[in-house]
Amino acid sequence: MTQNYRLDNIGLINRDKKISFKFNGKNYFGYEGDTLASALLANGVHLIGRSFKYHRPRGFFGAGVDEPYAIVQLYRNNETEPNVKTTEQELFEGLEATSVNCWPSVNFDIGAINNFLKVFLPAGFYYKTFMWPKSFWYKVYEPIIRKAAGLGVASTKHDKERYEHKYEYCDLLIAGSGPSGLASAYAAAKNGARVILAEDKPRFGGTLLTSEVNIGNQTGKEWAENIISELKEMPNVIVKNRSQVFGYYDHNMLVMSEKLSDHLPKTKKYHPKQRLWYIRAKEVLISSGSIERPLVFGNNDTPGVMLSSAAKEYLKVYGVLVGKKPLIFTNNDSGYETAIEFKKNGIEPIILDTRKEPNSEIIDEAKNLGIQIKFSYVVVAAKGYKKVNAAEIAKISDNKNDLGTLENITCDCICVSGFWTPTIHLASQSGNKTTFNKDIDAFVPGVSKQSETTLGAAKGTFTLAETLKDSFNAGYELSKKITKNDNKISHPTVVEKNKTTHDKFWCVPLPKGKNYKRFLDFQNDVAVSDIEIALKEGYRSIEHVKRYTTLGMATDQGKTSNLNGLQLVSNIENKIIPEVGHTTFRPPYTPVTIGAIVGREVGKHSRPTRKSPLHSWHEKNNAVFVDAGVWLRPRYYKIGEETLFEGSKREAKNVRANVGVCDVTTLGKIDIKGPDAAELLNRVYTNAWLKLPVGKARYGVMLREDGIVMDDGTTTRISENHYHMTTTTAQAANVLSHLEYYLQLVWPELNVNVVSTTEQWAGAAIAGPKSRDLLQKLFPNIDASTEGLPFMGYIEADLFGVHARIFRISFSGELAYEVNVESDNGNFMWEKIMEVGQEFKIQPYGTEALSTLRIEMGHIAGSELDGRTIPYDNSLEGLVSKKKDFIGKRSLDREAFIADDRQKVVGVVPIDKKTSIPEGSHLVKDAMAPIPNPKLGYISASCWSVEYDNPFSLAILKDGKNMIGQKLFAMSPLKNKTIPVEIVSSHYVDPKGERVRS
Amino acid sequence: MLHIKCPHCGMRSQNEFSYGGDATVKRPELNKEVSDQDWNNFVYNRKSLRGKHKELWQHISGCRQWIKVERDTATHEIFKTAKAHEDI
Repeated sequence: MTQNYRLDNIGLINRDKKISFKFNGKNYFGYEGDTLASALLANGVHLIGRSFKYHRPRGFFGAGVDEPYAIVQLYRNNETEPNVKTTEQELFEGLEATSVNCWPSVNFDIGAINNFLKVFLPAGFYYKTFMWPKSFWYKVYEPIIRKAAGLGVASTKHDKERYEHKYEYCDLLIAGSGPSGLASAYAAAKNGARVILAEDKPRFGGTLLTSEVNIGNQTGKEWAENIISELKEMPNVIVKNRSQVFGYYDHNMLVMSEKLSDHLPKTKKYHPKQRLWYIRAKEVLISSGSIERPLVFGNNDTPGVMLSSAAKEYLKVYGVLVGKKPLIFTNNDSGYETAIEFKKNGIEPIILDTRKEPNSEIIDEAKNLGIQIKFSYVVVAAKGYKKVNAAEIAKISDNKNDLGTLENITCDCICVSGFWTPTIHLASQSGNKTTFNKDIDAFVPGVSKQSETTLGAAKGTFTLAETLKDSFNAGYELSKKITKNDNKISHPTVVEKNKTTHDKFWCVPLPKGKNYKRFLDFQNDVAVSDIEIALKEGYRSIEHVKRYTTLGMATDQGKTSNLNGLQLVSNIENKIIPEVGHTTFRPPYTPVTIGAIVGREVGKHSRPTRKSPLHSWHEKNNAVFVDAGVWLRPRYYKIGEETLFEGSKREAKNVRANVGVCDVTTLGKIDIKGPDAAELLNRVYTNAWLKLPVGKARYGVMLREDGIVMDDGTTTRISENHYHMTTTTAQAANVLSHLEYYLQLVWPELNVNVVSTTEQWAGAAIAGPKSRDLLQKLFPNIDASTEGLPFMGYIEADLFGVHARIFRISFSGELAYEVNVESDNGNFMWEKIMEVGQEFKIQPYGTEALSTLRIEMGHIAGSELDGRTIPYDNSLEGLVSKKKDFIGKRSLDREAFIADDRQKVVGVVPIDKKTSIPEGSHLVKDAMAPIPNPKLGYISASCWSVEYDNPFSLAILKDGKNMIGQKLFAMSPLKNKTIPVEIVSSHYVDPKGERVRS
Repeated sequence: MLHIKCPHCGMRSQNEFSYGGDATVKRPELNKEVSDQDWNNFVYNRKSLRGKHKELWQHISGCRQWIKVERDTATHEIFKTAKAHEDI
């Protein structure tokens, strides 16, 4: 098998290594170093897909990041990726790709009928047509349009690849390794700066790989290779290929996506597929080069029409001929370079130059080589459907308005060059206000906003000598500023052919009687006529024109189309381009995979998992875990085939009957020390704290300044100036910040220190009527009687040689204690409790039983402290001091907060005593009332009362105080349930609180 | 991502900090009469400035100190930073 379009003696590919691949089911081969695009072209494949709107045949237009057409669905190692640019995808053994956006096949595409209906599909067609009736959009229009449109298909499988993030700091980040990037990197590195040089392509060197220039007596390519190998050896330099700097963010933070494995058949074990670099650079050098601009003419989207720079790159880098009868259509000297390369490789090109009589060294060279050149000539239209087979050309008048007689000329490709557009995306993203340079008809960076400098073609400098001079200087000056070193390197001499000015002409007029589509945006099928319609319909802002016509909104983001779009708008509007302005260049510059952005933060790694020191015991004892914030907590300890309902009921019952033990390590704990600690607590909590004696705990509620309850918990006075505060699991971090805020900013005069000790203590709550007996056995030397250790009392004791803190506090409503030991002794404590507790029928209990116990006692928790309730709502008004001031107090006398019918926590029992009420249900008076049914309140927490063996819920209910005994309905549209209920006291069990004090 | 100079730790990335709002707001003193209007202004009313803004940040994954930052809300330029007790 031979490749008809591959040359033998040119290119940078490795001809010793053949690589086989499949495109649309057919087998092909290419060589190591090929892109999928170059390999397909070598095999003469030009038809790659169909366009988005009209389903017109699509081929290759560019050779890199700017490619608008040639995207495929890629298959690699049992995974698939949509919309991969063939011009960027390197070939690997076993690569498979298929066309996107065509059905049933790329050669016979049913959607192409749109092409013949195109007169009916102008700009804004979808907006205008599929508006009415409204209900049709979801059911009829959208599904059909979605099926017919769309590009590739995203995988629905879990992505098993590994993506990483990396943070890096450097003196100079240089984006792009063309001549300006290499020169500035080299000068800066030699001057001792820490440099990162990033190149998005696999090969370094940019245009030096394809241009006929000489630097310091070496070819451009050799010079680039030597510089790169020297840079790679330097310890202060990071050189990265396949790495796209795609975004410029605040304070010189840039993000780069490095593709480490996309060019391999399979990612190596433990290697990432891609890596996202967050780079903070002191100075940024933007050497992103420029992209050739298309010329616009009839059917300029036909496969075989491509950028002349791309044709040159395919030839010089890959040894591939994009055609054997090329027509070069140019308005500047760049087209000549491509023609000369064809000629040197035995192909006879024809040049059509829109200019009348240009003169330059390069034009002379083309003439001397005997290349046929037609001046003042244009391509009027490309001929051929799936591939160019001829061109309709004509002479154009000096004022560029009138075409001469149409002639047909046979050709198999049309290489266009409409001059160059600097790639200013990064500069623009940095906040730099770009300016319009009339000499090159393009925007260039203006005054730097951050610490960025744009060099070379990216700022509109198109000669190599000037580019290198600027870049060596910039690298030297900027590095000197940072490193204070003064090692200047000498500039090499440069030999390049001089060029003459380009022609501002770029859009060929339609000949009389012809209605050719002239495309601006090739992926989204936006033609000259669409822009004309948009303007006719009154769209003026370029941002609106863009959105109405979808110009520049495809996956290539208009890299080749934007400027021509602007030119057209300005021509029609009789404005100059700077007045029209350009659309915003938003990051990313090229598509970045979601995988790279997410990095390792997937699944369980999306946030840290915190485990109590007792976790392994819970695991061994069949705990079923539940996420509680970032913590994993046992929900219940499963025995046999027990369900959650059965298990939690058993555990809760055992607490009420005997004794249970619960891991409460996750509760937030804050150590508070200092002579003003009591004063701080007195200001933070709603109740009085100044007189709390040493060895006593107190329950406290803290508010936000707006009067809403922030958190609750107990705080214990360990010694004169030392307190131990507990918070809810969820609010631990916020409460600490809250205290720090007031101590550091509001009341710096208070002499207090706070520090989190959540992780320093392991906690076990021992609850139930037999808990005192158990405690006495665990601590034989203490007096566990209610006199020795009263309710809310605190002592320190020795647990079989381990120091322990004992708090007599209760969340379950039973007689209960909480024992804390240092975390490392947590397991020891727990095992001792279980061992000694045997004779008292101890059972561990999880969060579900914990909730059941607190709900039926009417103790409030996170579900009631939901950021919408004040102390009164939670029946905590008794804890609100009238005598002293505290955080949030001033807000409590606001009108809504003192209203007579203010909401309040109540108990709710289903009338049938059987049906559990879903949490979140709304309480309403009349179940049959029309929607919106006035809501009186909501169910905040539900449980199965083990005391009464029926469902019980807590609710926050309007005028709750006066609603006890009322019959309402709990409605849950989500669960489709309507349950008749009765409102009761929230204190369902032991309303007088006798058990905790027993 | 912003680069914020913590007056205690030096230059650090934004993801080590948490934002704390307007630094010029002064909490009314405890145990003093406060009018409804003044209290509302303290609790709720904030200017949404375009331009220089004095604000609080907490170096939450660092030294845990609250600091003052003067930042341009439009350009994110940071002019200076100060410790909690310093004026900015």
